[in-house]
Amino acid sequence: MHGDSVIADAPILQIRNLRLEFHDHGHPEVAVEDLSLTLHRGEILGVVGESGSGKSMTALAIAGLLNRHALDCGGEILFDGVDLLHCGRSTLRHYQGDEISMIFQEPMTSLDPLQRIGMQVEEALRIHHKELSAAERKEAAIRAMGAAGLAEPEQVYGMYPHELSGGMRQRVMIAAATVSRPQILIADEPTTALDVTTQAQIIALLRQINAEDGTAIVFISHDLSLVRQLCHRVIVMRRGVAVEMGTSDEVFLNPRHAYTQSLVDAIPKVVL
Amino acid sequence: MRYVLKKTATTLATLLVVSLLLFVAFQLISGDPATHILGTGATPERLAALRAELGLDQPLPARYLMWLTAFARGDAGVSYVYHQSVSSLLSAKVPVTFALAAMSFVLMCAIGLPMGIACAKHAGSPIDRAVMVANQIIMAIPPFFAGILISWAFGMGLHLFTPGGYVSYETSVPRFLGYLVFPAVAIALPRAAQLAKLLRGSLLEEAGKNYARTAYSRGNNTNGVLYGHLLKNAFLPALTFLGMSLGTMLAGSLVVERVFNIPGISSILLASIGNRDYPVVLATVMLIAVFIIFVNLLVDILYKVLDPRIDEE
Repeated sequence: MHGDSVIADAPILQIRNLRLEFHDHGHPEVAVEDLSLTLHRGEILGVVGESGSGKSMTALAIAGLLNRHALDCGGEILFDGVDLLHCGRSTLRHYQGDEISMIFQEPMTSLDPLQRIGMQVEEALRIHHKELSAAERKEAAIRAMGAAGLAEPEQVYGMYPHELSGGMRQRVMIAAATVSRPQILIADEPTTALDVTTQAQIIALLRQINAEDGTAIVFISHDLSLVRQLCHRVIVMRRGVAVEMGTSDEVFLNPRHAYTQSLVDAIPKVVL
Repeated sequence: MRYVLKKTATTLATLLVVSLLLFVAFQLISGDPATHILGTGATPERLAALRAELGLDQPLPARYLMWLTAFARGDAGVSYVYHQSVSSLLSAKVPVTFALAAMSFVLMCAIGLPMGIACAKHAGSPIDRAVMVANQIIMAIPPFFAGILISWAFGMGLHLFTPGGYVSYETSVPRFLGYLVFPAVAIALPRAAQLAKLLRGSLLEEAGKNYARTAYSRGNNTNGVLYGHLLKNAFLPALTFLGMSLGTMLAGSLVVERVFNIPGISSILLASIGNRDYPVVLATVMLIAVFIIFVNLLVDILYKVLDPRIDEE
């Protein structure tokens, strides 16, 4: 659907035989089982599945946000020659927010309610680019906010989260995630909590970020029609296992797995 | 700004209501001051003359206004027992009690806040568990008993201070403050334990919220998330507790002053209650009420400073 030329051969992130098992409630629970995937430079990869399919766990594992104490993990997540699954916390932090950023499902609660928007958008720069002056950080933050589609970013810069709508907050989250121009943006159901119009705008924004900055995006969703609109390639997950993988067109036009077929069939069709 | 003005107006209204209630209550319980002063054997003429002199022949609203305006100027009337002005009786003692309460408050924060943060940071560790158990015990110790224990251990046992060796702030401010440290610890400890527990719980609750995860996703380390985001949010519930604590500290001071033999308002307040010296009691209670009401105003203003979500309306 989208030009295949975008998908260069250069892999930027490789997951090999990922296994995530939680044991925080006494009995172990396998969230992800033997997942392997490759994310290429400049690619938008969709991860689709119902609740509990392990897609969000995979996203959090890439972003390094899983609580390692409550987790048994196997396999590896390779980025920049480093296994993000087993490397030290400080190595992980070195990439978090700078090379790998994440936006979440809940824009209403994902921002610090007591901190001004500008401070939150700049935070990744404060942590990773101490060489920048305060003025340079502010400039970069306002640029990122403008690029994320916030009108009058200078004003929003000084506002607090409660003064913004859900759609605006998600744009703030996107600005904060992209301010340091990361190589990978992980978007975990970023539009689920938003109304349909805002949802379409956020999808367009993600596509624009991908096209203009070449940021690779891992787009987690249960909404197949969104995934089809946005993603170059798709992985279908069910109960922690990848059941199908391929380009969007392959998966949607010729689903090979019965589960994928049932998901595709479940997309509401407009009957004219 | 409108918020501050509104809160100040509410505070002044509260003060008026409280002062009216106190005044009326003391009018009801105190009976006839003239009889108090002159004794029951006085002639009706002398009683009437004194009543006129004290303004007691005026109607209640007029007396209330006279008392209130005088109190606002620092004139709280004349003691029935000591026959001198209440303000001169209290002026040397009020600073002692307030200094003790203030020092207790500072100590409570200095002990409770870092302890709460440390326990939250290492939640579930053996140290955290040990501190929480110790806290539970300390919380149950009333200040007067802590005072006796401290007097015994640090005063009689370790000779770190001389029990009863109070030094007036007029003699030496450092030695005055030095003497207050141990009583202040006795008052502060139970509240510090509560503060630590409250802050720990509040921090852990904030740590589970989505914005904490966002902060981690930007590359913050634990301290970055804790001090950059969680602490301010977790401090809001603690602020109410701190405000209430100032009142508790004052009450604690009144008790602990007796244990450590400190000449604050406790001695004269208790003596005056025993002597039915109502002008002194009324003035002292009113002072404490004014203090607590203004602390509440301060807490409200601090909330507004810390939390932008508090509505201006």
